[in-house]
Amino acid sequence: MTPAADPRTRVADEPFAFFGCVELRQALDRQALDERELMDRLEEVPSGSIFYHTHGYFLRHRPVGMAYGNDFARWVAVDVRDQPLAERLALVDPFEWREIEDLREELITIVHDHLSRLSTVPRVEFGEAFHFQQSHIVEVPLGATARTLAEFRAGLSAVEASAIYFHMVEARARLGRPSGDFAEWLRSSLGLGELADRISRIDTYMTSLERVRARVLSLVDEVLERP
Amino acid sequence: MIKIDDYRRVAPPGTVDIILRLAERVQGRRFTHVSGGRFGGGAAEMLRTIVPILADLGLDASWEITGGDPGFYSAGRALQQALEGTERVLTDEALDHYLEMNRINAKKLRLEADLVLVHDVQPASLVADRRGEGHWVWRCHFDCSRAQRRAWSFFGPVVKQYDGAVFSLPRFTHRIGVPLYIIHPSIDPLSDKNRDLSPREIASILGPLGVPTGRPLLLQVGPLTRDRDPLGVVNAYRLVKKSHPVCLVLAGSAGDDRESLDVLNDLREAARQDPDVIVLELPPDAHLQINALQRAATIVLQKSIREGFGLGVAEALWKGKPVIAGFAGGLPQQIVYDVTGYTVHSSEGAAFRIRHLLNNPELIARMGAAGREHVRRSFLTTRHLTEYLALLIHVTR
Repeated sequence: MTPAADPRTRVADEPFAFFGCVELRQALDRQALDERELMDRLEEVPSGSIFYHTHGYFLRHRPVGMAYGNDFARWVAVDVRDQPLAERLALVDPFEWREIEDLREELITIVHDHLSRLSTVPRVEFGEAFHFQQSHIVEVPLGATARTLAEFRAGLSAVEASAIYFHMVEARARLGRPSGDFAEWLRSSLGLGELADRISRIDTYMTSLERVRARVLSLVDEVLERP
Repeated sequence: MIKIDDYRRVAPPGTVDIILRLAERVQGRRFTHVSGGRFGGGAAEMLRTIVPILADLGLDASWEITGGDPGFYSAGRALQQALEGTERVLTDEALDHYLEMNRINAKKLRLEADLVLVHDVQPASLVADRRGEGHWVWRCHFDCSRAQRRAWSFFGPVVKQYDGAVFSLPRFTHRIGVPLYIIHPSIDPLSDKNRDLSPREIASILGPLGVPTGRPLLLQVGPLTRDRDPLGVVNAYRLVKKSHPVCLVLAGSAGDDRESLDVLNDLREAARQDPDVIVLELPPDAHLQINALQRAATIVLQKSIREGFGLGVAEALWKGKPVIAGFAGGLPQQIVYDVTGYTVHSSEGAAFRIRHLLNNPELIARMGAAGREHVRRSFLTTRHLTEYLALLIHVTR
């Protein structure tokens, strides 16, 4: 980075390049009509499917939809109509788990524990089967780049919402960048470690991409407007 | 001609830029669509929008259609109906003729491309004569999960020759043994069927149709056939009529089979007995009339008991109307329950929800706004283009 006393005016040697993403969904030949089948399929589907139905919910979730936190909780609530299990599944925050396999185990344990207390297995009567899917993420360079904090703010405020998902979720969970791209660049290229820490601690669970964008922008503004 | 930039005013922010960036990655690549015809609704209606835009984006996009004699078309139609689950007689002679006509089509059509996307059944067996290095993907626009066994035993080996298949919903798929991608169909917000209409235009279109104004209008658009349950809609209307001065319009084309004619006769009888029931038999290209009816409606119904994806729901939501739909096909996928409308299982359920909305008019406005936003994100041409470009990038990577 170019030396400057105030990190807010530093110019990064490596610019930040904003990427969006498009999700191409793929159906798997796995479905569940009751909660035992859900548990069995959870054990055998590829990890990409667990990711799609948990982390991916954040990319697809729109403010007009009802909030369940992940596709499993939504299915149990809407199609099976088993509110007690839906509540427990909804509370699983996928962003708390570093490894997808640990997240898978947590989901299976919850369903197993729930079923062990019941005499019959709740099943779909009037709703739809749960169809397991996975997705292929196609990265899209958006052309926007930033070398300073002010440019970063301008770029972030304008890019398409999938960029928030790509840099905050996909980068952390599947691309091996555990702090997320925003925090990583602000720390390593602009020396803004405190800001990076605060951004990496943003709670992305049960919110929308636009709310996360607004939260990052407000944290950046706090630094830019500091006397 | 409509350009991609025209969609900036209706698509979610940034969507057109994503499309332009994706298109940059596949400049000049050949993306060929093949279907059984250029006219009518369904796949052809979407391709009439999508193919010119793909070409305008810099791809070498083309649209080929298969041709043949009446026997070819009737065999293809019967095969598709059997794959949709309807009992049909499929003779070996008819199926052999279907294969032979497509062998002839394969010699005539320009089918060398990076991606050949073959839509539905009529052209599907062209894959047997695939040439070159390109990727072939079958695009199925209907629900083939309950295909007749005889039909699938013939058709399964055909589609196994593809590199992948695209379905509108996971529940519409059939086990094929190739990657199954999921892409919802879409509506074109700039087409005559969906573009904005001024109140004056709406009035001038609806006047000649005899549709009354000034009272709550219930509307169902779609074929006047048993599958769409128009008689169930009349029953729901009658339950609502006891407490609200509503009118009911059933608009669509009638089927030509005996059962559909029975349904039409019952509907005509209902309209004779009650002047507030209006049955409009419209031609398939009555796009502006459908648009005006949907915009004039208070509540739109789609009480199907059997349905494909059912994009009529997305069209109505786009016009800011709450929709009450049956639990069939792709209808639940488009309805966010209690947010953009309701799915119901009976005429009584439909009547209950209609009364609920009429007695709480603020809900109608709120659901209408939420429905339009839901469609903007999920069911417009722009989302469809994005996913087709992603498919091209993915399969040719």
